[in-house]
Amino acid sequence: MKELALHILDIAQNSITAGAENIGINVEEDEGNNVFRITVIDDGCGMSEEMVQRVTDPYVTSRTTRRVGMGIPLLMHSAEQAGGFLKIESKKGKGTTLEATFEHNHIDRPELGDIAGVMSILIGSNPDIRFQYQHKKNEQDFSLDTNDVIDTLEGIPINEPEVLKFIREMINDHIK
Amino acid sequence: MTKIKSLADLKKMKDNLQSKIALREKSDSPEGRVIIKVAMATCGIASGSKEVMEYLVDELDKRNIDAIVTQTGCMGYCYAEPTIEVALPGQEPVVYGYVDTKRADEIIEKYIRNQELVEGIIPMNYQTIEKDKEGGKA
Repeated sequence: MKELALHILDIAQNSITAGAENIGINVEEDEGNNVFRITVIDDGCGMSEEMVQRVTDPYVTSRTTRRVGMGIPLLMHSAEQAGGFLKIESKKGKGTTLEATFEHNHIDRPELGDIAGVMSILIGSNPDIRFQYQHKKNEQDFSLDTNDVIDTLEGIPINEPEVLKFIREMINDHIK
Repeated sequence: MTKIKSLADLKKMKDNLQSKIALREKSDSPEGRVIIKVAMATCGIASGSKEVMEYLVDELDKRNIDAIVTQTGCMGYCYAEPTIEVALPGQEPVVYGYVDTKRADEIIEKYIRNQELVEGIIPMNYQTIEKDKEGGKA
């Protein structure tokens, strides 16, 4: 994967498959502490402790279940290569939180990429899931809650192409 | 510098959108919609399915084709990613592999508009064999 945004698209797919109704996606860029962190939080079906141990291993997991495979190992590799780590916390029936931390200034940290495009794809394809997106960049803090968008739209479907385009532009405007 | 967009701007777009949707709903029924599923598992994303999906959403809207573009998981054709499944109203879905924006354009113009098949179809031949057996043909 060329961009971290594509990893987010991929990881969020796991949450969707897990039947999540709420998915939180947080991006934190903190140059002061040299931290770049991505967090995906869902209220899906969660995993057993044994499964949490196994998801980071592509060979054990890729063929035992469709829920995991190369996605998580790739992100873990990417994080570890950039002086960071991957952390997964999960509780069966409660949900899963995945956190990937990178050294902000590490030469091997991929760029974030088109996160606005990724969010608009996720929202457009899953209009029934509530997405809460938060992006902190040093002192800046931007958040978007699809519930607020739905309230604003008063009945217009959130997955209308023009609405999605608007969401994409709005995110881009704020994280420049 | 242009103004930063906020939800208040979305509110202003609402009336415009509403009339556009009303117009579309009058012209055809929901069964008349084309449904496109873009395979977006790790394999698809790594091969560029995001660009293909964005292209499809934008172009179908621009060309006034009433379609739903959505994501799906891995269809098992990881070698041929990006793959998309196109279901024209009332027809069996067709899966296309190795789809880039150029082929996506071809699929819109030839297959969706004129129902001409385009290169890159992943055949579901096991279905035909079964059907032939049952029907006692060939």
